[in-house]
Amino acid sequence: MARTAIPGRLTWQQATVVETRFDTPQVKSIALTVPGWSGHRAGQHVDVRLTAPDGYQAERSYSIASAPEDGYVVLSVERLDDGEVSPFLVDELRTGDELELRGPVGGYFVWDEPLGGPLFLVAGGSGLAPLRAMMRHHRATRSEVPVRALCSARSLEALLYREELMELAACDPFDISITLTRVQPSAWRGYRRRIDSDLLAEVAWPPADRSLTYICGPTAFVETAAAGLVGLGHDPARIRTERFGGTGVQP
Amino acid sequence: MAVTRGFQGRRSTAESSQLPPGQYLTRDFPVLSAGPTPYTPLESWDFTVRGAVDTPVTWSWEEFRSLPAESFTVDIHCVTKWSKLDTSWRGVSVDALLGAASPRAEYVTAFCDGGYTTNLPVADLRGGQAWVVFEYDGNPLPPVHGGPARLLVPHLYFWKSAKWVRGLEIRADDEPGFWEMYGYHNYGDPWREQRYQGD
Amino acid sequence: MTRYDGNAIAGTLEDIFGGDLTTAACVCGQCGQSGVVAEIAIYFGGPGIVARCPYCDHVLLVITRHSGMYCVDVTGFAQLSTPSALA
Ligand SMILES: Cc1cc2nc3c(=O)[nH]c(=O)nc-3n(C[C@H](O)[C@H](O)[C@H](O)COP(=O)(O)OP(=O)(O)OC[C@H]3O[C@@H](n4cnc5c(N)ncnc54)[C@H](O)[C@@H]3O)c2cc1C
Ligand SMILES: [Zn+2]
Repeated sequence: MARTAIPGRLTWQQATVVETRFDTPQVKSIALTVPGWSGHRAGQHVDVRLTAPDGYQAERSYSIASAPEDGYVVLSVERLDDGEVSPFLVDELRTGDELELRGPVGGYFVWDEPLGGPLFLVAGGSGLAPLRAMMRHHRATRSEVPVRALCSARSLEALLYREELMELAACDPFDISITLTRVQPSAWRGYRRRIDSDLLAEVAWPPADRSLTYICGPTAFVETAAAGLVGLGHDPARIRTERFGGTGVQP
Repeated sequence: MAVTRGFQGRRSTAESSQLPPGQYLTRDFPVLSAGPTPYTPLESWDFTVRGAVDTPVTWSWEEFRSLPAESFTVDIHCVTKWSKLDTSWRGVSVDALLGAASPRAEYVTAFCDGGYTTNLPVADLRGGQAWVVFEYDGNPLPPVHGGPARLLVPHLYFWKSAKWVRGLEIRADDEPGFWEMYGYHNYGDPWREQRYQGD
Repeated sequence: MTRYDGNAIAGTLEDIFGGDLTTAACVCGQCGQSGVVAEIAIYFGGPGIVARCPYCDHVLLVITRHSGMYCVDVTGFAQLSTPSALA
């Protein structure tokens, strides 16, 4: 196939904001109802389209942070201070507002039971959003696939879904490690450095277990983590990545 | 199309007679590029005028930098709708480069590190309308903005101002460049809003 | 230049092809490396979307859009197989 002109087929749907909540000072979770929502798979995302009064539009992708079993479609948006779309979503958008989105989309960065495990989930900053959907789905379906997760955040305040992670960590199939890269509470017992291959070697499944790995976050974070795992002998074909782009600060 | 309450976008709504139709002002300098930033060491950088010319010419970086350079201030207009006013540059006039090679045909393909190309009429590179620039705002042109050197043709949409330019190929036929091949206008005059083929 | 991956254009690809393409297997037309569309490099910084081979930077896919119509060039792939889920 060469160059061809084709009209679009996916339709934009009107979603309504039912609730918003700050998870961290920079991240707001936005719960939406979408009439006729077809359901989603854990890990999928939506494209959001904003339209200014003069017709100018901006489109960005946001992962669905809620599980398919949850009542709402939840997005967790991190404010990038000089960004165009994220400050609007975090600071301007409020309950009752309407938002255009299309999706759910993406059939690659998803997990459900038939894909098996053991699972290794590696999150940098807001990259935790789709992995949280996977963990909630795992729990909602009472899956017995063992899960290890490694979450990297700048500080405890910047760690998304903090309480939920603590709860999950107490459940049997979950083993959750957290690294705080900038600021740690004095009694912090977790990791205190950026992800590197020593940290990965400590936390990941041994390569022989052939774990299924999902890595998500800023592009630089994802590449470091993926290269580290491949270097440790993990099969690249069992590592799935999703890059959120270049978001300045390293989580 | 539903308007999103409260959304303006990152645009200055200031009206300006200096703006071509459909453009808005930006204060920062968005990075316009479709691939990784190439880093060519100056030792291996050169600039060539070739193709339908009397004398093909190649300048090393040092030779290129010893050509007479000029400083100037112009407005730039990107097809993605931002315009930036009063940008200041320093570079070599394309007149000087073409003069050394003596083109025998009407069209140019600018070629670049990273494989990017764009096509222009030779006439649009003559008469003090186009430069190969190596300084922006008093500093060496940063690689993300096309350094060590880029073409600058401010009277056309900014995709014609090829980043990381390495030479000009003079041709008898008007061969579409990278974006021109994908439906962008062959000439790209912002004042006539020639964004896409057929505009 | 900010690099994304094929997941970032899942919506656009579905809009064009009518199904998910991120799981499609693909082969680079320049270096011959194979992979899935989700893992190719994506750049949004130009007038259109450009997808490149993550190994050799070869342009695999270009998507531009004008008044509701897409212009799509997939000639950079040596192979692009439609995933079975699309059937
Ligand atoms: C699959 C995916 C899922 C994501 N999920 C989340 C999430 O759950 N939470 C979160 O906080 N962030 C997420 N992101 C990042 C998010 O899409 C935005 O990039 C981020 O919010 C910054 O946008 P901004 O407008 O504020 O910043 P800006 O700096 O204004 O924009 C960032 C850059 O994004 C580019 N860009 C990105 N997507 C597009 C597009 N579709 N079309 C044109 N240009 C584009 C722009 O060129 C711009 O340079 C995700 C990204 C991807 C690809
Ligand atoms: Zn390749």
